[in-house]
Amino acid sequence: MDRAAIIGVGMTKIEKRKISQTFADMAWEAVNKALTDAGMTIDDIDNVVTTSSDFWDGRTISCMAVGDASGAAHKNISCVEGDGAYGAFYGMMRVLSGSYKTTLVTGHTKGSESVSSLITNAAFDPIYERSLGMDMITACAMQARSYMHRTKTTAQQMALVSVKNHGNAFKNPLSQLPLKIAVQDVLQSEMIADPLHKLDCSPVSDGCAAVIIAHESVAEKFKQQPVWIKGVSFCADSFFFGDRDLSHARSLAEAAKKAYAMAGIRDPKKEIDVAELYDAFTYQELLWLEEMGLADDATAGKLLEKGEFNIDGRLPVNASGGLLSGHPVIAAGLYSMGAVVRQIRGDAGGFQVKKAKTGLVHGVNGLGGQSHCVFILDKDK
Amino acid sequence: MVEKEHIIIESGDAVQPFAYSVGMHGSRFFAEIRDNKRFLGVKCPRCGKVYIPPRGVCGDCFVEMKEWVEVGPKGVIGTFTILRYAFIDPETGAQKPVPYGYGFIRFDGADTLFQHYINIEDETKIRVGARVEPVFARERKGSIRDIEYFKVID
Ligand SMILES: [Zn+2]
Repeated sequence: MDRAAIIGVGMTKIEKRKISQTFADMAWEAVNKALTDAGMTIDDIDNVVTTSSDFWDGRTISCMAVGDASGAAHKNISCVEGDGAYGAFYGMMRVLSGSYKTTLVTGHTKGSESVSSLITNAAFDPIYERSLGMDMITACAMQARSYMHRTKTTAQQMALVSVKNHGNAFKNPLSQLPLKIAVQDVLQSEMIADPLHKLDCSPVSDGCAAVIIAHESVAEKFKQQPVWIKGVSFCADSFFFGDRDLSHARSLAEAAKKAYAMAGIRDPKKEIDVAELYDAFTYQELLWLEEMGLADDATAGKLLEKGEFNIDGRLPVNASGGLLSGHPVIAAGLYSMGAVVRQIRGDAGGFQVKKAKTGLVHGVNGLGGQSHCVFILDKDK
Repeated sequence: MVEKEHIIIESGDAVQPFAYSVGMHGSRFFAEIRDNKRFLGVKCPRCGKVYIPPRGVCGDCFVEMKEWVEVGPKGVIGTFTILRYAFIDPETGAQKPVPYGYGFIRFDGADTLFQHYINIEDETKIRVGARVEPVFARERKGSIRDIEYFKVID
């Protein structure tokens, strides 16, 4: 099979409220950073994929509104509504199709311009769920309870995810919310939806990220060291929360298995050096690690306490600070991808981990992890 | 330092009203609750899974479901949360009074979970596995609000 590589990444700083920037302004900044990073000009890009959500943007066909600032004029532009990781998946397929050589993928969100709980409420079923007020935090609180009940994971262990990731954020200048906190601070923060405290939840954020994906025939033509896509898969579960076993994520287990197989990974615990995954809520980091086989079932909390997922641990997880330290919803997967790409290139700056040959990027689309996208990136082709 | 001025355009109070069809399954489901205080699910002819709320297709098997099955009205709490933070009620636009309980109920005879409010008068009784029964609204109109909440009967 033909191969594809990521040859440029660019991200705006994640902020609580980018009041002085429009969506297009954010795209312009991220796209130019990615082009500079790759050593390319916009003329070297032959197609564009933008990723956004109409509800978050407060307009329909939101993805087309950032085309000009993303350099899409006179080019093929297409759109993905969902997490940026899915935009990257589509962008990769385009260069592997033989029709294109270089895809620019962007993802943007401004959480600050609307009422988040109303936006996520609107994603639920209008006949059975929406009028009761179900939203992302309510749903994820119930998922957290279900996971804790099955695995005996404690509130303290969940809190430690927040402590770790907010601490890591001090090393990442793009992060919104570095915090020096202890487990007690998390447990004493306001209870939003039992068992989730305020500091178990990611903040509302604005940001835009861009990545450039190239076909192998041109991946080494530009100045940046390519990071190779070795494996990728995404899988979806049932739409209704009530249909799923909320204490597990079977679609993630499947997606990870397929991505590992494609990348030739037999023992992910040993072969993955660094991971950025979807930690919108503390418990999710632990749940996803187990479902991806990066921790044995019901053990992630204990391994976390041992420091295994710290920036200097066996498997650094969310060394960038993760989404708990800044969560531009739709762009999230591209920020994670950008962080892993920089780790593998050895230019992650303050949050650089020691060994980063093979990295894992995880993106989520749908409520409470209805679908999961897993990328395995590698220094070597 | 130069003082910055930020000009913001607000969307205003305009709303986008929708009229959602509830379909054949939803119509029968809500009519049964309204008229008979009964819960109807549907059963997959291939895997045997009983779904509530009812819908036309078993996603796992990709087959149409036509067999109606009565479930509940009693069941157990599958998982739950207690909301302590006042979110905006999407129905009214006002802040919801907190705290209140929200849960997934596994009706006797059903394989999927059904979400609704849980009465939290006695919080010590709210746990995964607790037995519950529905409390119906006195005036029922054929919507999810025809059930007021579920209460623990342990
Ligand atoms: Zn079936």
